[in-house]
Amino acid sequence: MSAAAAVPIRARAVQQPFDVERIRGDFPILHTRVHGHPLVYLDNAATSQKPRSVIDAIVRYYEGENANIHRGVHYLSQVATEEFEKARETVRGFVNAAQSSEIIFTRGTTEAINLVAQTYGRAHLGAGDEVLITAMEHHSNIVPWQMLCEGKGAKLRVAPINDAGELLLEEFDKLLGRRTKVVAVAHVSNALGTINPLKRMVALAHARGIPVVVDGAQAVPHLGVDVQDLDADFYAFSGHKMYGPTGIGVLYGKHALLDAMPPYQGGGDMISSVTFEKTTYNKLPHKFEAGTPDMAGVAGLKAAIDYMNGIGIAKIAGHEHDLLEYATEELGALPGVRLIGTAREKASVLSFVLDEVHPHDIGTILDQQGIAVRTGHHCAQPVMERFHIPATVRASFAVYNTKAEIDALVRGIRKVREVFA
Amino acid sequence: MPELRDLYQEVILEHSKAPRNYKEPAGTNHKAEGYNPLCGDRFTVYLEMDGDAIRDIGFQGAGCAISKASASMMTQSVKGKTKAEAHKIFEQFHRLVTGHSHEDGSEDQAELGKLAVFSGVSEFPVRVKCATLAWHTLEAALEGQQEKVSTE
Ligand SMILES: Cc1ncc(COP(=O)(O)O)c(C=O)c1O
Repeated sequence: MSAAAAVPIRARAVQQPFDVERIRGDFPILHTRVHGHPLVYLDNAATSQKPRSVIDAIVRYYEGENANIHRGVHYLSQVATEEFEKARETVRGFVNAAQSSEIIFTRGTTEAINLVAQTYGRAHLGAGDEVLITAMEHHSNIVPWQMLCEGKGAKLRVAPINDAGELLLEEFDKLLGRRTKVVAVAHVSNALGTINPLKRMVALAHARGIPVVVDGAQAVPHLGVDVQDLDADFYAFSGHKMYGPTGIGVLYGKHALLDAMPPYQGGGDMISSVTFEKTTYNKLPHKFEAGTPDMAGVAGLKAAIDYMNGIGIAKIAGHEHDLLEYATEELGALPGVRLIGTAREKASVLSFVLDEVHPHDIGTILDQQGIAVRTGHHCAQPVMERFHIPATVRASFAVYNTKAEIDALVRGIRKVREVFA
Repeated sequence: MPELRDLYQEVILEHSKAPRNYKEPAGTNHKAEGYNPLCGDRFTVYLEMDGDAIRDIGFQGAGCAISKASASMMTQSVKGKTKAEAHKIFEQFHRLVTGHSHEDGSEDQAELGKLAVFSGVSEFPVRVKCATLAWHTLEAALEGQQEKVSTE
């Protein structure tokens, strides 16, 4: 028996050297051909592709475990409940929450932020109070707060950014006032790629006793996130941007805050007893999980986290950082290209515009070469306004992307220039 | 497989770079604004109506090559036409870019004239909204609609 054969099958879990080709082999969709070209998928900030292990976990759930959780004494219900709670523990470990009861499953980042706005926000905001956000937020970290403010007669304040797309920390600090009741900020901007100095922002807000809600949708896939180290009060993210399925996401919240909050939706699972006169709510985390949850989605999310842990978040981040640097250099050197978002600290996202050519036309021409990028305002219209542009082209990277794909993008942009010459 | 050159025909590229009637006519008495939230295209169409006739027309705004060229060539094709004639041209144009132009055998494509260069759009369904934004805006201006038209 050779030495190689003795390597256990689970060796992946103890992290092998980074091999992008082997990783690409884990993602069935990457073999797709588009308009006669191999797919070059650079729209990962919108949603990432899913490895075989995630797809299999969902199939396995329906083939072997499907039953409603927390409700039955029968075998399958117990298996499903156990797997569901195991997944919660996996998520807890992944973001280093103190307790698994601080992990609430939601439909995604959007629902998680709405949950906080409609529970914590409704309970703590009054007329004249303020919510502070930043100028680089995704619509899902703007609109829920606007809706809250509208209902309460409160005000939405916006911390400005500079021309590189970096938060002006001093201005942010100045905007933290006596009336500020909540701070809501992106950890990483989806339109610009900026990584915010979150730890310092949280410290500034906490110095005034203000809790911080973090939109981590673009951070969790690319950075190692430790909610305790950040000292974030709430932290929201989506499974589908981190190799997991759609329809499942997470709200982390500090136990004391969650415990004191009123529930979000009413229904089954979130109660401990119901009479027509009075209902007592269930304990955490169930208080915030009304109704039958997306159990298959949770199984897929667990598999996605296992997959990321198998590679190692540091290796994922390192590879993506190399890609971003390479792409920044190669695209930045093309005539007529202007990069939008040139912060010193960035993750995974390269937004740009091309002189004289609208992003929508660029998107169509790239698509003809099999290259998938996002063109548009990226659900961040205020960011577009800040840079006086209607839209950008955005290439965003994941663990399975390669430098050869960035070369394809560069060739694609050259082709755009030819068409518009 | 759809070909890029079918979409980005020389005439279209040329109009997108040097749009015609890119102005607000002095005698403007109708106007409307059109917006495509998907890509941020935004145009205003101005009309100087003389009774039922389009005496002068112009447009301003920003958008992709397809939407801009379409707006430019639209102004050329409907200038001097009546409201009903303009409406009929739009109907034909719409059938052309959605790939339905041959369904109705009785239809005479001749009225489209130069607008026929937009036939390639039918191979790129996501770009139909780009090609028709200015036309929807024109319809709104003709109807004297005050509300901004949106393609969504
Ligand atoms: C920064 C950011 N926040 C929030 C969201 C919303 O996430 P979801 O649509 O998964 O709820 C996204 C993704 O579109 C995002 O990029």
